[in-house]
Amino acid sequence: MDQTRSTLDLFNNVDLTTELRLGLPGSDGKPENVKSSLSGNKRTSSEMGSSSCTDENESRYSPPTKEQVVGWPPVRSYRKNILQVKKTESEMGSGMYVKVSMDGAPYLRKLDLKMYQSYEELIKGLQVMFKCVIGLYSEREGYNGSQHVPTYEDKDGDWMLVGDVPWEMFISSCKRLRIMKSCEARGLGEFV
Amino acid sequence: MTQSFPEEVLEHVFSFLTSHTDRNAVSLVSKSWYDTERWCRDHVFIGNCYAVNPRVLTRRFKEVKAVELKGKPHFADFNLVPEGWGGCVDPWIVEMGRVYSGLEEIRLKRMEVTDEGLEMVAKGFGKLKVLVLASCDGFSTDGLAAVAANCRNLRVLDLRECEVEELSCHWLSHFPDSFTLLESLNIACLSSEVSFSALERLVSRSPNLKTLKLNRTVPLEKLSTLLQRAPQLVEFGTGAYSAEGLDAYSSLAEAFSGCKKLKSLSGFWDVIPAYLPAVYSVCSQLTSLNLSYATTQSPDLSKIISHCHNLQRLVVLDYIEDTGLETVATSCKDLKELVVFPSDPYVADANVPLTEQGLVSVSQGCTKLHSVLYFCRQMSNSALVSISKNRPNITCFRLCILEPRSPDYLTLEPLDTGFGSIVENCKQLTRLSMSGLLTDRVFEYIGKHAKKLDMLSIAFAGDTDLGLHYILSGCDSLRKLEIRDCPFGDKALLANASKLETMRSLWMSSCFVSFGACKLLGQKMPRLNVEVIDERENLNSIPENVPVEKVYIYRTVCGQRFDMPDFVRIMGKDKADVYNLS
Repeated sequence: MDQTRSTLDLFNNVDLTTELRLGLPGSDGKPENVKSSLSGNKRTSSEMGSSSCTDENESRYSPPTKEQVVGWPPVRSYRKNILQVKKTESEMGSGMYVKVSMDGAPYLRKLDLKMYQSYEELIKGLQVMFKCVIGLYSEREGYNGSQHVPTYEDKDGDWMLVGDVPWEMFISSCKRLRIMKSCEARGLGEFV
Repeated sequence: MTQSFPEEVLEHVFSFLTSHTDRNAVSLVSKSWYDTERWCRDHVFIGNCYAVNPRVLTRRFKEVKAVELKGKPHFADFNLVPEGWGGCVDPWIVEMGRVYSGLEEIRLKRMEVTDEGLEMVAKGFGKLKVLVLASCDGFSTDGLAAVAANCRNLRVLDLRECEVEELSCHWLSHFPDSFTLLESLNIACLSSEVSFSALERLVSRSPNLKTLKLNRTVPLEKLSTLLQRAPQLVEFGTGAYSAEGLDAYSSLAEAFSGCKKLKSLSGFWDVIPAYLPAVYSVCSQLTSLNLSYATTQSPDLSKIISHCHNLQRLVVLDYIEDTGLETVATSCKDLKELVVFPSDPYVADANVPLTEQGLVSVSQGCTKLHSVLYFCRQMSNSALVSISKNRPNITCFRLCILEPRSPDYLTLEPLDTGFGSIVENCKQLTRLSMSGLLTDRVFEYIGKHAKKLDMLSIAFAGDTDLGLHYILSGCDSLRKLEIRDCPFGDKALLANASKLETMRSLWMSSCFVSFGACKLLGQKMPRLNVEVIDERENLNSIPENVPVEKVYIYRTVCGQRFDMPDFVRIMGKDKADVYNLS
């Protein structure tokens, strides 16, 4: 891995390379600069073990995150889907149905939380189911500005605002949902 | 001396040459051999559809009965080639339809096939016997209906891992009632239901049916009906292998026992272990078993495998675990090919007890093993060295350690010595895929030893251009090289430009090859197409020294192609580069 002897000696019968340099505009053309700014992946070292981490100085050509490395591992997409289908099927067997009530609605509904991957999807689903507008969540304001506020009863029996805790934590602790009218929900926000 | 043989004699001699490489070699001996050969070659193989064009094909070969075409680069399988890149077969069908009225066999791989194209095939080639579409897309069940309705001589319809737009379940009904010639039907890739009654009738009236691969939607309860209608089957792929209760078990077991010629089994989606013993009666006949959709645990897998003493090919999920592979090593002494796919490729520590040890066991116990595709989460140099010493007869070795750049888990060193040992001991190695932590050193070993290597796949490996240089300058037989996410840049590529003309293709993505280098290469090497595939906006304003996203370089006698989308540019072919004019 002796870089100094490498490039010059071996490529000396090629005049092509003299016309080109690596490096971004303004840089001195050293390979390292380009590497760190373009791939975002650190040069490997034994300390790293098996995890790869993105470089600090991500550039405008920043790569996808580790979780989203396209095409890796090299498995055909139909092969990926087989197991996912299998998973959702087995999960659907057990389901995660919770009751959902909406203030003013004559009867309750039931909703399978496992059908959703995120709060966004859940809120959309609730909006469709109850034909209401819930709007966007913000940490500071909750659902300020909308007529309806989604709340849930957690394992401890407390009524919580939907959206405060990470999604995974939410679906494991949510026992039932209630869409409150925002005038009644103001009380919740004050104690948070 | 060549003039002393009359053409008829030469032709007769050539008729014994079936491999296309032999025929290619023979055609280079002299002008008269070239001419004689081209008049009598009837099976044509084109490994890269853009290396030639349809007119070149029809000008050279006059009476072609079988054609095989490949389109997209291999990494298209992993979504690295953007949609719309190319590889459409329609222009080929048009030209071949004009000249090869006697065409009997069409085999396509990774090509875009349209319904219009299939209709042209159906109506233009009345003698068509074989249609194999492998990893193709772009067509729907309408196209299949046209084939079914019109190809009166069809024997083989094989949709291998295709993506089909499934508009209707009735396309199978388009095979006329008078059609009885079917020998092979593979619809495993279809995700929607097909009309079972049409399928059953088709099977019933096809006495020569040897291969039947169903799709997932065919329920287990229907399998015995089909098997009873086709006990002569040699290759069978089940649908979903599960049912409520066990009522269907005994008729299924009986149906399987009636299949005395069955050699290959696949399918097994959604397996219910209780139904697996239904196949025990045929296990000892099996030479090929594909359980890669069988999401069941190791003991169940091991049990069935332990009955398969004549197995030559095994495809399975990592649910088989090291213990299951030990069973393979003791039970399947004729095993030639092992494929182990990952059950949960995206989970970091999936806790499946499949390690390098499983592969070592098989390499010890199965002396005929020559082909390996193995996904695992850890590997060591010592394991690789053992494998290479146990099995110097390995010709295809593909190892994927799921986490990129994983070192030897015992020593935390790179896996250079391990892979070095593979190339040094396995002297007949023609295909290699590597993974894990690898430095330039491994490429030095490969360049030095892998003299028969035909195809090499590299990802997240190497340190400098030296790595690429070792490969290009050392691997004498290399024809296909595909690289992703490696720090290889312009120097090695340009220094080995002439090597690229001896290869079918080179793919490099997320590396450091610059626009400027691509342009230069394209300018200097007129018989190479240097395709830059880059989906960024404002490509014109990106400086020349910036690396391209992807580059695909292939030799061609046709120059640039004219069906490129806007994210593909062939570099260096004219003064201002070739830009797509749309």
